[in-house]
Amino acid sequence: MLTAVIALAGLGLLGSLGLAIAARVFAVETDPRAEEIEEVLPGANCGACGKPGCFDLAREIARGNADIDACPVGGEKAAKAIGKIMGIDFSGGGERYVALVLCAGDNKEALKKYQYNGIYDCVSVDMFFGGDKACSYGCLGLGTCAGACPFGAIDILPEGIAKVDSDKCTGCGKCIEACPKGIIKLVPAGRNVHILCSSHDKGAAAKKKCRVACIGCQKCVKAAPEGAIHMDDFLAVINYDAEIPESVAGECPMGTIKVFKTEDSAGQETAGGGS
Amino acid sequence: MAGGFFGGVHPEYNKELSRGKSIRVMPLPEQLTVYFSQNLGAPSNAVVKKGEEVKKGQVIAQPGGFVSTPVHSPTSGKIKSTGFYPSPVGTLMEAAVIIPDGRDEWEEGCDRERDTAGLTSDEIKDIVKEAGIVGMGGATFPTHVKLSPPEDKPIDILILNGAECEPYLTSDHRLMLEKTEEILEGASLFARAINVKNIVVAIEKNKPGAIEKMREAVEGRDGFSVEPMEVIYPQGAEKQLIYSITGRKVPAGGLPMEAGALVQNVGTCLAAFEAARLSRPLIQRVVAVTGSGIKNPGNVLARVGTSFRDIIDFCGGMTDDTAKVISGGPMMGVSQYSLDSAVNKGTSGIVLLKADEVAQFENEPCIRCGRCLVVCPMKLNPSALSIFAERMRYEETGEHGVADCIECGSCAYVCPSKRPLVQHFKRAKAEIRNRSKKAG
Ligand code: SF4
Ligand code: SF4
Ligand code: SF4
Ligand code: SF4
Repeated sequence: MLTAVIALAGLGLLGSLGLAIAARVFAVETDPRAEEIEEVLPGANCGACGKPGCFDLAREIARGNADIDACPVGGEKAAKAIGKIMGIDFSGGGERYVALVLCAGDNKEALKKYQYNGIYDCVSVDMFFGGDKACSYGCLGLGTCAGACPFGAIDILPEGIAKVDSDKCTGCGKCIEACPKGIIKLVPAGRNVHILCSSHDKGAAAKKKCRVACIGCQKCVKAAPEGAIHMDDFLAVINYDAEIPESVAGECPMGTIKVFKTEDSAGQETAGGGS
Repeated sequence: MAGGFFGGVHPEYNKELSRGKSIRVMPLPEQLTVYFSQNLGAPSNAVVKKGEEVKKGQVIAQPGGFVSTPVHSPTSGKIKSTGFYPSPVGTLMEAAVIIPDGRDEWEEGCDRERDTAGLTSDEIKDIVKEAGIVGMGGATFPTHVKLSPPEDKPIDILILNGAECEPYLTSDHRLMLEKTEEILEGASLFARAINVKNIVVAIEKNKPGAIEKMREAVEGRDGFSVEPMEVIYPQGAEKQLIYSITGRKVPAGGLPMEAGALVQNVGTCLAAFEAARLSRPLIQRVVAVTGSGIKNPGNVLARVGTSFRDIIDFCGGMTDDTAKVISGGPMMGVSQYSLDSAVNKGTSGIVLLKADEVAQFENEPCIRCGRCLVVCPMKLNPSALSIFAERMRYEETGEHGVADCIECGSCAYVCPSKRPLVQHFKRAKAEIRNRSKKAG
């Protein structure tokens, strides 16, 4: 019995010795800067940069194969810190972007065309007559975007519609890829007037399907400063570079234009650490 | 006696509802909704506009490539509008709404008798192509493509698919009884087109009348024989049928021609006969209208574009407790949310079911019982595939052969957890297609 224990312990020792040797023999030289950069990166391994994980990006930056602002999540703050490590001045840096779901047609407002009984996944229901909503443009509310978000920034509200928490959103864009309806857009943070509709149906048809659909009446276009809102195939679209007074929302007969503030600071704190 | 491929299931066939009912010709409805694209492969392109007058048999959409077919107007009349309508295949599809003028006037050149005896292989292929013929068992694969195998893949057997293994459906059964000679004529044309001498009519043994009738009819026809098949689903699936008859395997990812066999549905043979002998493009088909929800089940010869509503009305209407309307059979069909869906070239049946026959279920986890593995005729592992799909690990579904899944539904049929397996596989296939498209 005892010999068995000793023999096993011996084996274990031998094994770990072997590992230790292997670690030395097969060790890969890592640029110390890569490790420093990894410290600065958010560590979410979300893949938004196109690399499998944060360390892979750090290594590529250290090798000079990727830009110092290649991490969309870390944003400006991370870019500046990485710039310091790499001895490169970070000159760019623009606005922070957050995701926004351009649909307000939840289960109370929008009509359903059939009762779905299948896999709980937006892409799956979309493959079936374009989804269970009468409006073939709107949010399907099964949360495929929420599942794809590495930062837990999307909630599916009880009324069956996706909503982004702009506090938590880092603008990585994963949700945009995941949504089969293509109705999630990145918008500059800090804006407070939004047109929450994606329907290109003509007014009468859109109205029949959803109580908060854009009917293309153009009242907002006229009320807003020149060029701030334009029409795209029966749908009013905001130009986020322009200032839009909150009063424009009141012009919309359908209540499609909503006023709420997308947070313009919070995401950076979680990502980069203090400034 | 042929029968045994791996796997398969024995669902309730429920064919007695409509198999004894002769084909009834449905009168021209008040309007037709004709989808511009009616084949698997490249979508066809519309060549008519709102307001235009069309003749019966006139081309209203041109093929969008080689693996594509033209679509013809099913009657003469005026195009009231075009737009997107729910289609039996489960999508919203662009279609022309045609208001018949009641004259049912053929386009110049159509509806003329032709002597088929002298037609060459190329002439037959052209006729089939121009008539817009597709696989009428439901797959709607363009028939002329099947008739054009590469030279290094010679075909030595033509199998007429009269298996009709899908529960409820009886349209092929009725065709074999009522259009026996025409089907065999059409088959002879196919055989001539690809220079094949051996023609086997494959029929499941639950259709003794059709076997009898076909046996009499092939008497004295060189090269023809009738093969009664074991009754097991999916006997009529192309790869399974080829294996049952010839013992040859179609390689994974390959086409049936790679096993040296050509399979044609009996309805497709009839369409080829009508195109060659009568110069009539494919504008009508037989639809089995059945299930406990229809008051007067039967088999209906309807124009392509006839709405499900009109067909159901023609068959006495539906019972008040009808809960589900399926295009095709219950195993592979697609439930419809709107009776505006209209018959296309692949609509083999409309099945109406009552609430107590329709399962509603939660998405339960796999209990790893292995039943799905035993029945999968493609020898896949549906359990593993579905778990990968559920976790969105689509690459792994690809590595485990999801592309070979024929969506027969046998796995889902036996799954005690009632998992939506086929839906998972359809989703995985779509995802893999999209990714490879994105990757270029
Ligand atoms: S919501 Fe999530 S997935 Fe979408 S951009 Fe923001 S962080 Fe990325
Ligand atoms: S935004 Fe898109 S992915 Fe998210 S729940 Fe709505 S439809 Fe689904
Ligand atoms: S995995 Fe596909 S081929 Fe196999 S039984 Fe299921 S549906 Fe049929
Ligand atoms: S039959 Fe259903 S529960 Fe059983 S192994 Fe297959 S998927 Fe899992």
